[in-house]
Amino acid sequence: MVRVIVPSFLRTLAKVPAEAELEVAPPVTQRAVLDALEARYPALCGTIRDHVTKERRPLVRFYACSEDLSNEPPDSKLPDDVARGKEPFLVVASIAGG
Amino acid sequence: MKIRVLVGTKKGAFILTSDGKRKSWKVSGPLFSGWEVYHMAGSPADPDRIYASQTSGWFGQVIQRSSDGGKTWETPGGGPQKGPDGMPHGESNKFVYEGAVGQHLFYDGKPRPWEFKRVWHLEPSLDDPDTCYAGVEDAALFQTTDGARTWKELPALRTHATAPKWAPGAGGLCLHTIVLDRKVPGRMFVAISAAGVFRSDDSGGSWRPMNKGLHSEYIPDKNAEVGYCVHKIVQHAAKPEVLYMQLHGGVLKSEDGGGQWKDINKGLPNDFGFPIAVDANDPDTVFVIPIDPEKGRIPPEAKLRVYRTQDGGRSWKAMTKGLPQEHCYVNVLRDAMAVDALDPCGVYFGTTGGQVYRSADGGDSWEPIVRDLPHVLSVSVQTIE
Repeated sequence: MVRVIVPSFLRTLAKVPAEAELEVAPPVTQRAVLDALEARYPALCGTIRDHVTKERRPLVRFYACSEDLSNEPPDSKLPDDVARGKEPFLVVASIAGG
Repeated sequence: MKIRVLVGTKKGAFILTSDGKRKSWKVSGPLFSGWEVYHMAGSPADPDRIYASQTSGWFGQVIQRSSDGGKTWETPGGGPQKGPDGMPHGESNKFVYEGAVGQHLFYDGKPRPWEFKRVWHLEPSLDDPDTCYAGVEDAALFQTTDGARTWKELPALRTHATAPKWAPGAGGLCLHTIVLDRKVPGRMFVAISAAGVFRSDDSGGSWRPMNKGLHSEYIPDKNAEVGYCVHKIVQHAAKPEVLYMQLHGGVLKSEDGGGQWKDINKGLPNDFGFPIAVDANDPDTVFVIPIDPEKGRIPPEAKLRVYRTQDGGRSWKAMTKGLPQEHCYVNVLRDAMAVDALDPCGVYFGTTGGQVYRSADGGDSWEPIVRDLPHVLSVSVQTIE
């Protein structure tokens, strides 16, 4: 079970709990986790990744295990602790604006 | 009789409701708290159906829909749904240009590919609650016919022969105004900053620029077909051949469906401003809010004044009663003024300072409905019997 935490704005929009728990078949990659997240909460489509290109939106970042994974290739394996559910995969809205 | 004022702000949406007297108001919200709501619009065919453009620099575009007058909201479609063929469909916030994207001019004068950014304006169909048009940045026109579950571009506008010459205004290359003609079937107008006005007589299948008579100090060619920073156009249902325009520099009128425009600025403190509205009961009564472009886009002399003509633009009079006449430094954006359908006509506008003012007497006097909302992006009004 992979644990995912999304920003509060998206929790409200898509009615996502504080921590979403998702079944993700191995290999557990960024793409696989986001695919599973969007399948469970379809209102998130287009909000984290571009609808068409599937590229990360510029002001959204990905973190796990104290690492910034935002610029990792989407098909790279996520840390084992994320795949095992020990650590959450964090979708973070970067701080900007007022 | 009920009046519902839909207010989009930089940090959520608000709904202001009153009865036909328009004296006391209930303020509800914020809806979509923290998101920019560029525009909300109710269906003329079903006042319970409201569409909202919710957008964010972080998370992109979302379309919200209410079917109960704004009490509850949903993101119709809400993402991929499997059709009988197993293919995903039904994505309410998916705005994808049809076919080749093409290029427009950018600020540096170089070509740049079209890129979807947000929905500026929603215009529900006059007779079908499930049909709505969306004007977007970068400029294009989209349509839903299934209540916002899916959106499809009407590409003839973006692929018009003049489109490679379109360039963004300071706010972006946005299609911000959609006018559906109430008398001529299939006729609609759109306005784009900074391209100009276009008219279709075949429901968006083809378009032609309608910019004769427009002028800009930034365009050396006085006969240029496009390139004009039109801020807003309005039409009166009873006299649809007459259109009024707030241009980047000028207030203009057309008496032939956009074929030719002429200035009607005389009597205004300056010719710059964003919104323009026409009285629901009188096609010769028009409202503008002059703004000084040279001093940071604030009211001239720091006095917030609505100017009203009652003779189709031959003369203007300042409406000041109830509006701040000193130390006022707010702006009023292009989609932030609207009228109701009562007699006398109610006029409403929202400011970048968060005030929403209303006049229940055709502009003679004003009162704030609410004073401290976030920066107001849009105001639209429903008159519900």
